[in-house]
Amino acid sequence: MPKAELARSLGAPAAFGQSQFAFMRGHAFEARVKADGGAELLRLTHAHLGGGPEPVPGEARVPDLSAAGPEGRSARTELALREATAAGAWTLLDHPMLVLDVAGTPAFLEPDAVVVAPDGTWTVVEIKSFPMVDGAADAAKVGAAARQSAVYALALQDAAARLDPAPEVRHRVLLVCPKDFSNLPAASAVDIRKQLSVTRRQLSRLTRVEEIAATLPPGTTFDVTRSPAELTAAVEAVPATYAPECLAACELAFHCRARARAADEVTALGRSLRAELGALTTVEAALAAARGEAGDPDDPAVAALRRAGELRAEALAGGAA
Amino acid sequence: MTLTDDLARLEATATGRARPRATVRHRHLSERPLVFVPLTTAGEAGAPLGALIGTERTSPRLLVVPQPRDRDLRFAFLAQLADTVLPYVESYADDVEAAERTETDPETGKRVKVEVDLCADAPQLIVPSRAGIEFVRLLGRSTRFRRTAEQDPDTPHPAPPRVPLLGRWLTHFGERARVPGSALLLAMTDLLSRHWATGQSSLEEQHLGALLAWIEAPAGGSGAEAALRAELARDAAGQLLCPPAGPATDPAFDNDLLAPAVERYDRARTALAAAEDGLAADARLAELTAAEREIRALVESRTRPTWDAVWRGLDALCTLPAAERAEDRWRSDRWSFTAHRDRVAAGEPPQPRRDDAVTAAQKLATREREQARLDAQEALDDPLVMAGRRLRGEAFAGEVTQVVMAYGEGRSPRPRPLVTVRTADRPHLDEGVKVYRSLGGKPQAAQFVTYAADGGDGRDGGAALVLRILDKMGRGKEPEPGSVPEAGDRLCWTLFEHEQRGGPKLPDPEDTPWTHGGPPDATAESPDPVTAEDTL
Repeated sequence: MPKAELARSLGAPAAFGQSQFAFMRGHAFEARVKADGGAELLRLTHAHLGGGPEPVPGEARVPDLSAAGPEGRSARTELALREATAAGAWTLLDHPMLVLDVAGTPAFLEPDAVVVAPDGTWTVVEIKSFPMVDGAADAAKVGAAARQSAVYALALQDAAARLDPAPEVRHRVLLVCPKDFSNLPAASAVDIRKQLSVTRRQLSRLTRVEEIAATLPPGTTFDVTRSPAELTAAVEAVPATYAPECLAACELAFHCRARARAADEVTALGRSLRAELGALTTVEAALAAARGEAGDPDDPAVAALRRAGELRAEALAGGAA
Repeated sequence: MTLTDDLARLEATATGRARPRATVRHRHLSERPLVFVPLTTAGEAGAPLGALIGTERTSPRLLVVPQPRDRDLRFAFLAQLADTVLPYVESYADDVEAAERTETDPETGKRVKVEVDLCADAPQLIVPSRAGIEFVRLLGRSTRFRRTAEQDPDTPHPAPPRVPLLGRWLTHFGERARVPGSALLLAMTDLLSRHWATGQSSLEEQHLGALLAWIEAPAGGSGAEAALRAELARDAAGQLLCPPAGPATDPAFDNDLLAPAVERYDRARTALAAAEDGLAADARLAELTAAEREIRALVESRTRPTWDAVWRGLDALCTLPAAERAEDRWRSDRWSFTAHRDRVAAGEPPQPRRDDAVTAAQKLATREREQARLDAQEALDDPLVMAGRRLRGEAFAGEVTQVVMAYGEGRSPRPRPLVTVRTADRPHLDEGVKVYRSLGGKPQAAQFVTYAADGGDGRDGGAALVLRILDKMGRGKEPEPGSVPEAGDRLCWTLFEHEQRGGPKLPDPEDTPWTHGGPPDATAESPDPVTAEDTL
C-alpha cells in the first residue's frame, strides 16, 4: 500500500523526503566502498570479523544478481548464496533480494550487501552515509541501522535454513560509515543479537494480515483516488495506536496525530505521560480529576492528580512557603 | 517530568496556550549573547552551508558557502566565523576580578588558598535547537586539529590562521553544554521548554517555530493552531512557511531551490575559469556574482525567520525574573571560561580526540554533581518546581505549630529544639532521616523524630511531624535569635541536600593506574589526514 500517497490524499502529507545532496553523497559513498570488485569492503569485513584468509583484491567473486521481478531476484540471490557457500571463497553479493514472511505476506528486502566468507558464514553489510567521528557515530542512527540490519539478518536466516547443512548467519553486522570528515570508509562490527530477538518476537506477535482484513467492512479500499472522507473512513476501520514516536517512522503519523488530538487522547502528549495517568485516557478526564470534579478519589492516579492540581495552583498563586 | 509538569501539559492542551513550568528564569542570560543560526549541507558531516551570527538583533552577519563541497570556500566561511566568534570571546577575557581557589601546594602537599583571576563575565552562545549544539561540537572537532601554514609550512591544505583556535573554543562550548545547568552554550528550544509546557510531546517541542507559537499565543487565540501552521504549512511552491530551525534544511528547499542555485553557481565558475579575454571575464564574473548573491539570498531567507524566533524566545524568557541561584551556576561557567582562556594562553595543545581515563572520570563526576545541584537549586528557587518535589515526597511545606526547647546529651548540652510542623504533604520519612530548610540562604539541618498525634494546637488537618533542629544555632547554650522556627512560621523542608559535596579525589593524569590504560600519551594529536579530492 503506498502510504505516502494515502497520507497526501487524506490531507496530512508526511514530512519525509530526501535532499538530493544527501542522496548523491550516499550513493557516491556506497559506490566508493564497493568499487574494484568490493576490495575495500571485503578488506574491512575480514579486518573486523575474520572469516578466512585475507581476501586478495580482484579475486573475490561478485555474482550477477539481476533477474526479472522481486521473486526472480530473490530466487537468483538464493542460488548465488548456495554457490558462494559451496565455493568457499570471498563473495560479495551487491544488493541481493531477500524474502521475509511478515504477518503472512512475503516482504522483499534489499540490503546494501551480503558477504559470504570462505568459512561459509554470511554477513549483512550496511553502508550508511552518517559519519563515524573518532570511532563513534550518532547512537540513534546506529540503533536504527542495527534494527534495519536485524530484519535483513532474519531474512538471511530463513534462506540459510533452506540449505543443508545450514550456513551460519553472523549475529554481528558490518556497519560502514565515512571516517571522520572524509569520504574514506570506516567500519565497525555491530552486535545485533538483541535487535534480532526483538524483531523476531514482534514479527511472531503481528496480527496476520488476513485477520485484519477479515475485521474490515466489506468493500473497504485504500484507493488513493477516492475522496478524503471515504479514505478517512477506510483508515479509521483499521485500529491504530498513535504515539509521538510514530512521527519519525510512519507516513500516516500526521493523520493519526490529528485523529488522536481530535479524540482528546493523552497518548498524543507522550507514552510516559499516558503511563502516569492509568485509566484516565482523555485530556478532559484527567483535567476533571485534577480539579476534583470527577474520578474515584481512591484511584491512586486520580488522587495524585488532585494533589498535583492543588500544589500547582498553590505555587502559581505564590502561596507556598 | 513530574506529574505537576504533566498536568501543565494537559492544561496547555485544553486551553491551546502554553502553561508555565517555572515561575522564575532558571538560566543566566547574558546581556550580550552571541546568537548563532547555522545551516548545514544534507548528508555531509560538518559541511556548513551558511549562518547568521551576531550580538545585535537588527544586524546579524550573514555567512554563506556557495558550494559547500569546495574546501577553499569552506575555509573562507570558517575564517569569517572565527572573525566574529573570537573577538566576541576575547572581549570577555581581559575583564577580571580577584577570586580564591584552593589548590594543592606542590611542595608540602597541603590544600592552600591561592588568589587567582576570575573573568567578571563570560561569553554566551545561543543556538536555536539541540541539533545546533551538536553542530557546534562537530565544527569544533573538524577544525581544532587543522594546521595553519604558520604551524606547518608543508601542510597540503593550510587552514586560515585563526580557524584551529576557533575549533578549540567551539569544542569548549560544546563540552560545557553537556554540564547540567551550564549556560555558556544554550539551545533556545531547551530554554523555552524548560520554562513552559505546551500541548505537544517533548519530541515535537524540538521545533522552535511550533514551540514559540504555543508560548506567544495571544489571549483567546489558539497556540495549537499556530503551532500546526508553523510545523506544516507550505506556500504555493511547496516550501515550508516556517523553515526548520536547522542546522538541517528542508529537503524540498534543497531539491527545488538550493540545488539549482548551486548548479548555476558551479556553471558560472567554470565559465569564468574558461574565459579567454578580459572583457568576457568581466561579464562572467558578473554572472558568478549574481549566482552567489542568489545563494546568499536563499540562505538568508531560511535563517532569518529562525534568527528572529531566537530573539523572540529571548524576549519571552526575559519576562521571567531571574532565579537567585542561577547566578551561582553562572559563576561556575565563568570559572570554566577562565580556565580555558588560561589553557589557550599557556599554549596547551587542543583538546584530545578522546579524553584520558582521569579526565573522563572527572567530567562524569562533574556532570553528576551539577545535575544534583541543579535539581536542588531549581526547587529552592521556584515554588512550582518545589511543588513537583513535594508531590513526589521529597519535600514538604507546612506551618510550625509548636516549638519545645530541648538539649542534646553530652558534656556541654547544645540546644536541640523540637519543632512540630503540620503539613498536608506526604514526605517519605523514617526515623532519623535528615531534612533541610533554607535559613538566610544556608541550609539548616533537622532530624525527623516522630509523627505527632495532633499539631499541638488542637486543630486538625494534615499530618504533624516532630523535627529536631541540629545546627546553625550559634555556639552558645541559647540558640541565636531567629535561628529557631517559631509557631506560626510557614516553612518548606527538603529531604535532599541543598549543597553538593565533591566526589572522591582522582589521581593526577600522570598517575593513572595501568588498569585504566596507564598515563596518557603525551605526544600531541596529529591533524586529520586530508583526502586528495576536494570533497569532504
